[in-house]
Amino acid sequence: MSLPLRPIAGTTGDVTAKNGAQSWFYTDVVKDHFFHPRNFMVEDAREGDYNAIGKVGSPACGDELRVWMKVDPESEHIQDFRWKTFGCGSAIASTSMASVMVTEGGGMTLEAARALKPQDIMDRLGGLPARKFHCSVLCDKALRDAINDYYRRTGQFDKIVAESARLIDPVAKVTDHDIEEAVLEGAHTLELVQQKTKVGIGNPGCLPAVEELIRFYKEKYFGAV
Amino acid sequence: MKREVYLDHAATTPMLPDVLEAMLPYLTHVYGNPSSFHSLGKNAKDAVDEARTLIASLLHAREDEILFTSGGTESDNLAVLGYARKNQAQGKHLITTQIEHHAVLEAMMHLEKKEGFEVTYLPPDRDGLVSAQQVEDALRPDTILVSIMSANNEIGTIEPIAEIGNRIQKWREVHGRPALLFHSDACQAAEYLPLDTQKLHVDMLTLNGSKIYGPKGTGLLFVKRGIKLQPLLFGGAQERSIRPGTENVAGVVGLARALAIAQRDREGQEKRLLPLREALIRGIQSSIPKTRLNGHPTARLPNNVNMSFMDIEGEALILYLDEAGIYVSTGSACTSASLDPSHVILALGLPYEVAHGSIRFTLGRSTTQEDMDYVIQKLPPLVAKLRALSPVNVEPKYFA
Repeated sequence: MSLPLRPIAGTTGDVTAKNGAQSWFYTDVVKDHFFHPRNFMVEDAREGDYNAIGKVGSPACGDELRVWMKVDPESEHIQDFRWKTFGCGSAIASTSMASVMVTEGGGMTLEAARALKPQDIMDRLGGLPARKFHCSVLCDKALRDAINDYYRRTGQFDKIVAESARLIDPVAKVTDHDIEEAVLEGAHTLELVQQKTKVGIGNPGCLPAVEELIRFYKEKYFGAV
Repeated sequence: MKREVYLDHAATTPMLPDVLEAMLPYLTHVYGNPSSFHSLGKNAKDAVDEARTLIASLLHAREDEILFTSGGTESDNLAVLGYARKNQAQGKHLITTQIEHHAVLEAMMHLEKKEGFEVTYLPPDRDGLVSAQQVEDALRPDTILVSIMSANNEIGTIEPIAEIGNRIQKWREVHGRPALLFHSDACQAAEYLPLDTQKLHVDMLTLNGSKIYGPKGTGLLFVKRGIKLQPLLFGGAQERSIRPGTENVAGVVGLARALAIAQRDREGQEKRLLPLREALIRGIQSSIPKTRLNGHPTARLPNNVNMSFMDIEGEALILYLDEAGIYVSTGSACTSASLDPSHVILALGLPYEVAHGSIRFTLGRSTTQEDMDYVIQKLPPLVAKLRALSPVNVEPKYFA
C-alpha cells in the first residue's frame, strides 16, 4: 500500500518519518544548535567576566533574549559571548549560531559584528521557515544592543548607533520600527503592512516613504527582492 | 526501536480498522454516484441513506435533519454564516464565546466586520466555563444565533450545553423570538459525551470524523427541521441543495460507523481514561515545579491535560518531546503563523507568559499507563534543560 512520496518542498529537514516521506521544518544545523546549544550562560553572570550586556524582547511577545559579551579592550575583538533565550526552536538555534559566529576565529571586531545581518545567521543555519525569520532578528538586535553597551561603558559615545524610532505616520502613530516588525511578521506588501499597522490610511501622503521602508526591510531581512 | 507516544488525539485520531472495513467497498467496487439512476448509483445511495438513518438515531433526530459536509470547519461555517445570512431580517446580533474554535470565531468576526452584524464574545471564567446566566444576560430582541462549543479543543473544559440550550429555549418561548437558535460545535465531545440533540436542546450541532477515529474530511451538521440556511456552495441538489456536490460516499459510511462506535464505547472510554489523565496530571505536578493546569479540574474531557510550563516557550518543548518520541501540541505562539499566543489561555485571564508555555496532551484509545509513565519520566529533564537556557523567571503570583 505504501506510495513513494517525495519530501515536502522547501524542507531539508532532519526528523524524518519512518517512510522517509516527511521531514521536519528545520535543517540539520538548526536541529544541532537547538538540541546542543553553544555558549549559553550556565551560571549567573559574574561581575567582571563580561564588559557588555544586551537585552531584547519580553516573554509577553513570545521571545526574550539576554546576552553577555566580553570584549578585549585593546583590539576590540569579541572574546566571549554568552546568552539566555526564552523562545521557540528557531530563536534558540539562531542565538546559538550567532554566538559561534561572533567568537570563532579569534572573535569578530565590534564593527564587523555590528555589520552581521540576520540573513548571515540564517545562511549559516541553512535557512529557517519563512514565518521564523523574525527569530534570527532578535539575536542580531541583542548583539547590537550589547555593542552599544560596550561603547557606553568605555565612554566611546560617538560610536553608539542609536536605534530610536522615527515617526512615519503621525496620524496613525506608526514608526519605522512598526513597519519593520510588520515586514518581519510576513507583511511584504503595502496592503498587508497597512492591515497590520493602519499606516497611511488617514494620511496617504506618507505612503511613498512606507513603500520605501518595506523595500528596505525586505532587502535587509530577506535578501535581494 | 524508539518508543512513540501519540498524545495529540484532539488534533486527530487514527482510523479504527472497523471504520476502514466499512468504507472499503465504497472506495473500490461500489463506486457509483448516488445521484445516478442505475444500480451502481442506487447501491451508493443506499449506503448514504443507511448512514444517515444510523446517525439520526444516534442523535435522536430525523434523517432530513442531517447534512453531510467536508468536516467540522465547514459545518461550523455553514451553521454560522448560513443561518445568519438567511435570517438577518430577524435580527443581526450573534453570541459566542471567546474560546470558540476558529471555525466559529472567524466566521463570526467576518460577519461582524464585513456584513454588519454585532457579535457578543462571552468571556469564560478562569476554568473556561461559560454559564447559562451569562448567555441569558447577553440575549437581546435582535439576537438570532448563539454558538457555544460542547467541549473546548485546547483546555478540554466541558460547557453546560443542555442547561444553556434549555435557557435559550425558554427565553425564545417567553419572548416570542422563534428565530433565536442555539448551535454547538461538538467535535471534541463526540467521543465522550452524549449527543441526544433533544436533551441538549440544540438546534444545530457540528460533528466530524477525524476526532472520533473516523476518516478526515468528513463531517455533518445537524439542523433541526424547518431551519433555513443559505448555502455556502452552489451547484447541485445534494443534501437538499444546502450542501451540493457529489456525496463522499465512503466518508459518510465511515463517519456513521465511527460515530456509532464512539457513542457505544464512550462510557467505557471515559472510565479507562480518567485514571490515566489524573496520573499524568499528578505525575507532572509532583515532578516539575512551576506548572499550571489550564481548564476545569473536573468538568473536563477525560482525555485532556493542558499544562503551562513557566519560563519556557511551548514550541521548544514540543520539539524536545518530539525527539523523545512524544507527540503533543500547543496553541501557543510559534505553531501558528500569526505568532499570537493561544486565544483560549488568554481568555481565561492568564498572562502571556502562561499562554506561551502551554502544552496540550490529549489521550486516546491506544494510550496506556506505560505511556503516562514514559512521559512523566522524560518530561522533567527536558523542561529543566530549556529552563536553563531561559532568562525568564515568572513569579508564582502570575500563574497561581
